[in-house]
Amino acid sequence: MFATSCVTVSCEFYRRLINQRIRRGEAVVVTAEEIIDIVEEKGIKKAAKEVDVVTTGTFAPMCSSGAFINFKNSKPKIKAQKVWLNGINAYAGLAAADIYLGVTELPDEDLLNKVFPGSFKYGGGHVIEDLVAGKPIKLRAISYGTDCYPKKELKTVIDIKSVNQAILTNPRNAYQNYNVAINKYSDRNIYTYMGILKPNIGNANYCSAGQLSPLLNDPLYKTIGIGTKIFLGGGEGFVYWEGTQHNPRVKRGTNSVVRAPAGTLAVVGDLKGMSSEWLKGTSITGYGVTLTIGIGIPIPILSEDIVKYTAVKDEDIYTQIVDYSKDYPNGVNKSYGEVNYKQLRDGHIEIEGKQVPTGALSSYNKAREIAKILKDKIKKGRFELAKPVKSLSSGE
Amino acid sequence: MIRKRVVLTFPHEVVSQPVVYHLVKDYNLMINILRARVTPQEQGRLVVEISGSKKEMEAGMNYLAELNIDIQPLAQDIKWHESKCVHCTACIPHCPTNAIFLNRDTMKVSFDKQKCIACELCIPACPYQAIEIVI
Ligand code: SF4
Ligand code: SF4
Repeated sequence: MFATSCVTVSCEFYRRLINQRIRRGEAVVVTAEEIIDIVEEKGIKKAAKEVDVVTTGTFAPMCSSGAFINFKNSKPKIKAQKVWLNGINAYAGLAAADIYLGVTELPDEDLLNKVFPGSFKYGGGHVIEDLVAGKPIKLRAISYGTDCYPKKELKTVIDIKSVNQAILTNPRNAYQNYNVAINKYSDRNIYTYMGILKPNIGNANYCSAGQLSPLLNDPLYKTIGIGTKIFLGGGEGFVYWEGTQHNPRVKRGTNSVVRAPAGTLAVVGDLKGMSSEWLKGTSITGYGVTLTIGIGIPIPILSEDIVKYTAVKDEDIYTQIVDYSKDYPNGVNKSYGEVNYKQLRDGHIEIEGKQVPTGALSSYNKAREIAKILKDKIKKGRFELAKPVKSLSSGE
Repeated sequence: MIRKRVVLTFPHEVVSQPVVYHLVKDYNLMINILRARVTPQEQGRLVVEISGSKKEMEAGMNYLAELNIDIQPLAQDIKWHESKCVHCTACIPHCPTNAIFLNRDTMKVSFDKQKCIACELCIPACPYQAIEIVI
């Protein structure tokens, strides 16, 4: 299942050298934007010699996310069977005081889309943002009572400090590339997870940090693998598996960059060390709630090939235009053209001869900030590179 | 036929009067109430879309002014919260006037109140509730 890439002995040797330089405060670290200019100016060979690490970043809604929380049990104890945090149902089919809160969960009494389009003001993602911000969260648990766990109802208040563990556990994050969404066939606004799409191809929405995005800088997963240490939600996290829907076998350009949604990462980290600046509850009108997450991944420069990958530019990263009014909901796999991220970020793309304004769900500005924060941390010796224990499937 | 979107602020002594009734009945104006908030002993705020002929509109506005009702164009009541904005740009294609706009060098979003016509199209487009109508 897993192909070998940079988990080899020579890669390990270079990674160790880089970590030594990081510890001594000597590492040369640049962001995925900066490496573009360096390679243009000095060429790949020289850049590979001079640069140790390239940092990437992305900040976007990532629906497949959630947190395992172990709350301090009550006296007498309860075997929580159903649990709500600020009115949001958390899954309790785990051990007595363990729960899992999914970011797309909504309050039981939410109007949903009954008054269309629903506004979805508060949900699982917002609870996680509030929790990590240190706010008190109301917990209600019910149970049937057992000899060892006699309590049948618990109402209490928890916060990030009082819980034993709070682990952000996201089975699918940091999508490598994503669709551009349009509304081609409906005569009204449609409300999708890609935002509001106006009729008659009135706008086109995308969701990737392009040249700053982690897996677009490591298109064949040469350095990012299981065990890679990352910036996650303002704290520290790790890649723990390939993410759900990970699909490396999509169309690629001559630069190996995927031209459609492809790889994904499953990530994990301690919520206690994170910050609400990088974990934001998100309300998508007519669709639901989620969590917007900041992720940054360092890419060690272990070879000239890797420099080449990290120097990828927005104009060299292409993606597909997909209709979300008819095709996507019906599972029809059809592209209405290919565009690159330079065009998308410039604000207009051409579709069927028409200039269409673009909007993004991922924040390039925040992705840039994350890449800079990670760069500073590494330069100051506060973030070393972890050796992946296994590579992600590259489809080879 | 002209149409206006305004925020009417009622002083407390007028809150109990049937003002909208008079605008319809006496001045032949069409009133579409977009939002309302009344604190009985203090004041009332009404966000309305008013349509009618130019003459009727003028007369109706004079009537409101005589009652000391403050009339503001709705534009003054759209608020963009910079601290909540993550600069994603999801709102950008929805703004018809470029009141909310992006600096493509910094990739930062800003808001120019002067250009805002309070069409509210950006509000449902923002996933972080960073744009708000204040009434
Ligand atoms: S209310 Fe309308 S004009 Fe004002 S910022 Fe929003 S979309 Fe633009
Ligand atoms: S949609 Fe909201 S968060 Fe995004 S740029 Fe516009 S105001 Fe800011």
